[in-house]
Amino acid sequence: MNVLDHQSLILLFGALMGVAIMAYVLLDGYDLGVGVLLSRSSGHERDEMVNAIAPFWDANETWLVLGAGILLVAFPLAHGIILRELYLPVLVMLVGLILRGTAFELRVKSPPERLEAWNTMFVVGSATAALAQGFMLGQFVTAFRNDFVAILFACLVAPCLVAGYMLLGAGWLLIKTEGELQRRAARWGRGALWLTAGGIGLVSLATPVVSPRIFDRWFSIDLVPLMVAVPVLVLTGVVWLSRWLRDFDPARDDGRAWVPLALTTALFVLSGAGLAYSTFPYLVIDRLTLWDAAASDETLRMILLGVVIVLPPIVLYSVFSYRIFKGKTTHLEES
Amino acid sequence: MDATLLSRIQFAANISFHVIFPTVSIGLAWFLVYIRTMADRTGGGVWDASYRFWVKAFALTFAFGVVSGVTMSFQFGTNWPGFMQTVGSVAGPLLAYEVLSAFFLEATFLGIMLWGQNRVSPGLYRLSVWLVAGGTTLSLFWILVLNSWMHTPTGFEMVDGKVVATDWLAIIFNPSMPYRTVHMFLASMLTAAFFVMGVSAYRLLQGQRGEDVRRSLALGATMAAVVMPLQIVAGDMHGLNTHEHQPAKLAAMEGIWQTEKGVPLLLFAIPDEQARANRFEVPVPNLASLIITHDLNGEIKGLNEFENAHPPVLQVFWGFRVMVGSGMLMLALSWAAVWFLRRRGELPQWLLKVLVPATFLGWVPTLAGWYVTEIGRQPFLVTGVLRTADAVSTLPAVTVAGSLFTYLALYAVLLVIYIATLFYMARSGGGHHGYTAEVGSVHAAA
Repeated sequence: MNVLDHQSLILLFGALMGVAIMAYVLLDGYDLGVGVLLSRSSGHERDEMVNAIAPFWDANETWLVLGAGILLVAFPLAHGIILRELYLPVLVMLVGLILRGTAFELRVKSPPERLEAWNTMFVVGSATAALAQGFMLGQFVTAFRNDFVAILFACLVAPCLVAGYMLLGAGWLLIKTEGELQRRAARWGRGALWLTAGGIGLVSLATPVVSPRIFDRWFSIDLVPLMVAVPVLVLTGVVWLSRWLRDFDPARDDGRAWVPLALTTALFVLSGAGLAYSTFPYLVIDRLTLWDAAASDETLRMILLGVVIVLPPIVLYSVFSYRIFKGKTTHLEES
Repeated sequence: MDATLLSRIQFAANISFHVIFPTVSIGLAWFLVYIRTMADRTGGGVWDASYRFWVKAFALTFAFGVVSGVTMSFQFGTNWPGFMQTVGSVAGPLLAYEVLSAFFLEATFLGIMLWGQNRVSPGLYRLSVWLVAGGTTLSLFWILVLNSWMHTPTGFEMVDGKVVATDWLAIIFNPSMPYRTVHMFLASMLTAAFFVMGVSAYRLLQGQRGEDVRRSLALGATMAAVVMPLQIVAGDMHGLNTHEHQPAKLAAMEGIWQTEKGVPLLLFAIPDEQARANRFEVPVPNLASLIITHDLNGEIKGLNEFENAHPPVLQVFWGFRVMVGSGMLMLALSWAAVWFLRRRGELPQWLLKVLVPATFLGWVPTLAGWYVTEIGRQPFLVTGVLRTADAVSTLPAVTVAGSLFTYLALYAVLLVIYIATLFYMARSGGGHHGYTAEVGSVHAAA
């Protein structure tokens, strides 16, 4: 492992953290999205929707512990600053995740007359966690400023991320459900699509405003083709997906039901990459770099050893688990 | 109150609320390994019914453990930034290893354990149950490695006021790790055993007299009766280890102010730190020396040798007595249960009624023991390396007070809900199933 020098070691951990956070956003994103969408359904549909995420949520949430964990152990200085700035939204997110996670079990293990109460808690918990994460994203983009404009901006980003999660959740439901519920999932996805796109636009426009450095990075001559191509491409994709979802027919399109989730995932990954390109090498924009915040090389090497040994099996058995639960959730049975 | 004390209370509240769930679920996971194996060997039947009930209790407990554990993972950085900045080179990799080797394993195979029984072969299903149990235990191992290192740090050197890891084997196998890990693992087995006993006793009292319920009760009672003496031996050895490596903590546990030979064991006393003496002592001559040094006239160092660097005495002294006292109660109850089971094949009503409130008796010595060992490490966060006061965040006290209040209120409500739900499940044989009609009828039939 000593072949890696100081520079590449820190770069590698920055990338690992990015991948873990993106994995969390995508995986728990669809869980939280389904949780929020639960508010639009009722009765038996709700059971089916929860079934669609039940075998996965726990492992999905673990990516949050890994992402935040890498920040903590590999970039302790940044963790100290960021978690201090985000103390309240983190608290709110954790409360949301606690409500959502316990509601999973309580809704099927308490007296039947309480079911609706736990469903409500499920929705509230999911929405709270998603809103808090959106707020944190907004704060990250403005380098954790505390003035009115920055807070207002974070408050605007928050519902956009919720919409993004709802889009992911709808995409997941399209794959895991059938019939009328599938049809409604397409409609929900379409409803969330434009707010999601708006959020991406909002963050993209805000980053260059926040920092002249980011402005220079994007608006340089050699990037002009990209600067034109990417928004056009994204917009085309959004319009196309919107029409696709409008015309979705469960009988005809079930074989292609994975398309919206795949496109949404691509959209999230593209946005994440754009954000990473804007902020790099900073963890706190224009204040703290990866290098300033990193733990010692020895520490990183020791952690890397564990990552190299354990991450491949994690990926393998995660894929294995998704294969076991392949197919529609109507046929899921609890032990 | 200042932010340091509030942060300590918040950390204690978070970890106390968290630890009660894994303490049940780690032990219960191994019960499930046993029950599943028996069910597969006997071709279903009684053991299968037993498995179906306990796997639901496990799922409920595990979910509470997960959500409080995720919260826990944020506490290190939010309130104790000095911890990672000073000892991050040791704590970082250990925490990372816990997440990587244990959390994903248990979470992923839990999905298969709870939802995949009809989708994988019985052998693969049993393997999943093993992997969940193994994952929970691995998680216990890593976090106790880190905790033990904070008590008895080895394998490092200080460079510019920061810890630099030099010998990972010495860090992992630090002096108190084997004792603490075994002590905690047995605590989990005992807590789960009383959990199984208490819930089964409740089901019997509710008129569910099925063979699976009675077998669960016998299983829990046998486990508790066998493990309790082992725990006493493990606890004794852990005490000797503390005597060797953290004499100030041991002196506080025993309420010993002056270094003496032939020290009495205090059954009761009120340690007074102002006067640096005990009031209302009820001593048993020479017993403390016998227990701790295994010699009637052995010398034990007193608190006065560690002035300004010893833990608060009253909490540690009484925490220790609560742990030992409740442990003795568990020994008496489990032995009484096994005695009746062997003599009469069932328990008398009065004992069943006593066992129901004892469902969570394991939490008492577990928490009391943790308070002893953690308060006993004060004023240090890492013995001799980092003082607690130097690791705290510079957050304003009012912010910490606000988050502390939020957590306390939420945890109080959730704890009530957890216990109420568990006993509702016990009454209804597994809770209601809002999933699908067929699933509901399968469970109703079972």
